[in-house]
Amino acid sequence: MKDTLLNVKDLQTAFFTDSGVVRAVNGVSFNLEKGKVLGIVGESGSGKSVTAYSILRILVDPGKVVGGEVFFKGEDVLKYSKREIRSLRGEKISIIFQDPMTSLNPVYTVGNQLMETIMLHTDRNRSEARQRAIEMLTLVGVNDPEKRVKQYPHELSGGMRQRVMIAMALACEPDILIADEPTTALDVTIQAQILELMQELQKKLGMAIIIITHDLGVIADMCDEIIVMYAGRICERGTSDEIFYNPKHEYTKGLLRSIPKLGMGHIRLKPIGGSPVDLLNMPKGCAFASRCDRAMKICLTNQPDEIAIGPEHMAACWMNVKAVYDEAADSGNKQGGDDK
Amino acid sequence: MSGKLLEVKNLKQYFPIKTGLFETTPLKAVDDVSFSIEKGETLGLVGESGCGKTTVGRSLLHLYRPTGGEIYYDGKPVNAKNIESYRKDMQMVFQDPYSSLNPRMTVGDIIGEPLDIHRLYSNKQERKEKIEYLLDLVGLSSEHATRYAHEFSGGQRQRIGIARALAVDPKFIVCDEPVSALDVSIQAQIINTFEDLQIKLGIAYLFIAHDLLIVQHMSRRIAVMYLGKLVELANADELCEHPVHPYSVSLMSAVPVPDPKMARSRRRIVLEGDVPSPLRMPSGCAFRTRCRYATEKCAEATPPLTDRGGEHFVACWNA
Ligand SMILES: Nc1ncnc2c1ncn2[C@@H]1O[C@H](COP(=O)(O)OP(=O)(O)OP(=O)(O)O)[C@@H](O)[C@H]1O
Ligand SMILES: Nc1ncnc2c1ncn2[C@@H]1O[C@H](COP(=O)(O)OP(=O)(O)OP(=O)(O)O)[C@@H](O)[C@H]1O
Ligand code: SF4
Ligand SMILES: [Mg+2]
Ligand SMILES: [Mg+2]
Repeated sequence: MKDTLLNVKDLQTAFFTDSGVVRAVNGVSFNLEKGKVLGIVGESGSGKSVTAYSILRILVDPGKVVGGEVFFKGEDVLKYSKREIRSLRGEKISIIFQDPMTSLNPVYTVGNQLMETIMLHTDRNRSEARQRAIEMLTLVGVNDPEKRVKQYPHELSGGMRQRVMIAMALACEPDILIADEPTTALDVTIQAQILELMQELQKKLGMAIIIITHDLGVIADMCDEIIVMYAGRICERGTSDEIFYNPKHEYTKGLLRSIPKLGMGHIRLKPIGGSPVDLLNMPKGCAFASRCDRAMKICLTNQPDEIAIGPEHMAACWMNVKAVYDEAADSGNKQGGDDK
Repeated sequence: MSGKLLEVKNLKQYFPIKTGLFETTPLKAVDDVSFSIEKGETLGLVGESGCGKTTVGRSLLHLYRPTGGEIYYDGKPVNAKNIESYRKDMQMVFQDPYSSLNPRMTVGDIIGEPLDIHRLYSNKQERKEKIEYLLDLVGLSSEHATRYAHEFSGGQRQRIGIARALAVDPKFIVCDEPVSALDVSIQAQIINTFEDLQIKLGIAYLFIAHDLLIVQHMSRRIAVMYLGKLVELANADELCEHPVHPYSVSLMSAVPVPDPKMARSRRRIVLEGDVPSPLRMPSGCAFRTRCRYATEKCAEATPPLTDRGGEHFVACWNA
C-alpha cells in the first residue's frame, strides 16, 4: 500500500495585479508518498515556489489560490482554520527558503529563534527546548553548538546559516520538508554537506522531501521522482531515470540539451530559443509552442493533456499522440523544423 | 602555442583588517599566486567561496593595487603608472547583471560610455554604428539601444554587460561568475556567446565560476584555489577526471552531475570542518586542517606548486 502524505489536485493560483491577472499556477496535480524525494524543476518564473507557497498557504498579496484542492493525510488544507494551518506549518510540513538571511531574524540569537520554533510547536519548556536546539544543531553538523546558540545570524558563514535553517525546519520532525533552492547560494563543497545531511535525515526519520531547484545535478543526485514545470503547468513527470534518459516533452529535452555533460567533450550547448511566456496573456494551445522546434498546427490551438508514456511517466506534449503526429507528418503541416 | 598574453608572478593582495583598537592584521586574500594566460585561451578559476578568485581578477586589472608581485601584459610589465594605457585591453564582466548596469542610462549609452572615455570614434554616426555592431555581436538588436537596462531580462542584461566590455576591443576579459545568476537555458546562450567571440576576436578569458561543468566546458586549463593560494593547475579535462590535490579531489567528487546513474554509483567526499579564517591561517599547507592525508610536514612548511608531468601542477606534500 502506498502511504500518500500529500495529494495536490488541479491547483490554480493567480496574482491579481494592476496590469491584470497573472496565472502563476494553472492546474498542478501530484502525489507525495512517505519517505520519497520529489524534485520540481523548470524555468525561472514557471511557478515552482508559488506551488509550494500555495500548499502552505503562505502566499503574499495579491496572490490567491483560485481553484483545486490540497490534501494532507486526507484533510483539505485549503479548508483549514488559521489555527490548524499554523500547526501544519513547521510541525507537519516545513519549508527551507532560498535565502537564509530573509528567514532568520538578525536581532535574535540563533538559539533563541530555534527555541521559539520548538516551543511554538511542541509542549517543551524553555530548558528542554534549549536542549533540543543544541541537539538539532549537532545533527546538522554545526560545530560548537553550545557556543553557536548564543551567536547572531550575521556571525555565521553562509553554509552555517543554511544549516541553522535546516535545523529549524527539522526541529519538529516534520512529515514533509520543502526545500526551495536549498543550496543555490552555497559553493560545491558545502552544498555536498547539506545534500548528504538531507539524505541521511530522510532515511533516519522517514520524512518526504520536495526539492525545488534549477540545478539538474542536484535533482539527479537526490530525487526519486521529478516534476518539470513550464508556465504554471506540469509538462512532464516521471522517475528520475525516465526524465533524464527518456524525456518526452520538448521543453524537458531542450533543458537537458542546454547543460554541459560530463565526458562529452566540448560539444556546443543548445540553448532554448525565444522568450518565456507572458503569464498575463497565456496562449491558447501548448504554452511552449512558440519556442518549440517541432510544434505542429494543433499545438497552437489545443492544449495537450497529460499523456501516459509508461506506468510512472507522463508528458503533456502532442508529439506523444501517435495519431496526431502521424497526421501532421502526412499533411506536412508541421510548423517548425528549422534549427534555432 | 600563440604565446603568453598575460603573466602573473607571485601576486599578493593583502587587505588590512582592524583587529583591535590600534592593530590591523593583513588578510591575505591572494598570497603568492603565479600563472599565465595565452592569447585566445580560457583559463578557468575555481575554489570555495572566499578563497580569493574575485580578488585575483580585480588585482590583475589593477582595480586593487597589488600588495606584491608582477604582472606582465604581452611581455611588458604593468604597474600603477602605466595601467591606464592597458585599461583598453583588459576588461571585466561582473556576476550580477541586475546591479552592475545603471538603470537610468539607455543601453546605447551604457555601451557608448567606454567609447566616449577612450574616444574611439570621430563622429556621432560612427559612435552609433559601433554601438549597433556591438549589440549585434552579442545577439541583441539595434532597436534595443534606446531602451533602458531594467526593461531587459537577466540574460539580455548580461549581454549588455558583455557588449560594454567588448566596446574597447579588449584582448583579455575577466569573467567573474558571468552566468551564475541566470536560468539554465540562458546560461547556455551566454556561454555560446563567449565562445563565439573568442573564435571571432581571439579574446582570452579568465573564467571564474562555481559550476564546474561549465568551467570545464569553457576552459582549456583550470586553476584551483584554496585560501588565497593555487593548489592545482592543469589541463581542464585532466584536472576534472584525474584531480591530484586532496582539495581538488573532494571538490570534483562533490560536483552534482546531471546523470542519475552516475550520481548513484559515485561517492561524495564530504569535507569535515569549516574553512579556517583567512586572518588566522594554519601554518604550512592551508588545507591541512581539513585534509585526510595531513602529516607533520604539512604543518611545518608550505608545499610548493610543482609540475607532476605534462604541465600538471600540484601543491601538496603527500599527493
Ligand atoms: N507578488 C507577485 N505579484 C505578481 N506576480 C507574481 C508575484 N509573485 C510571483 N509572481 C509570478 O508568478 C510566477 C511564478 O513565480 P514563482 O516564484 O513560483 O517562479 P519560480 O518557478 O519559483 O521561479 P524561480 O526559479 O525564479 O524561483 C512568476 O512568473 C511571477 O512573475
Ligand atoms: N575589499 C576588501 N576588503 C577586505 N577584505 C576583502 C576585500 N575583498 C575581499 N576580501 C576578503 O578576501 C577574501 C577573498 O575574497 P574574494 O571575494 O576574492 O573571494 P571569492 O573566491 O571571489 O569568493 P566567492 O566565490 O564567494 O565570490 C575573503 O576572505 C574576503 O572576505
Ligand atoms: S600538503 Fe598535506 S595537508 Fe596539504 S593537501 Fe597535501 S597532504 Fe593534505
Ligand atoms: Mg522560486
Ligand atoms: Mg567572487
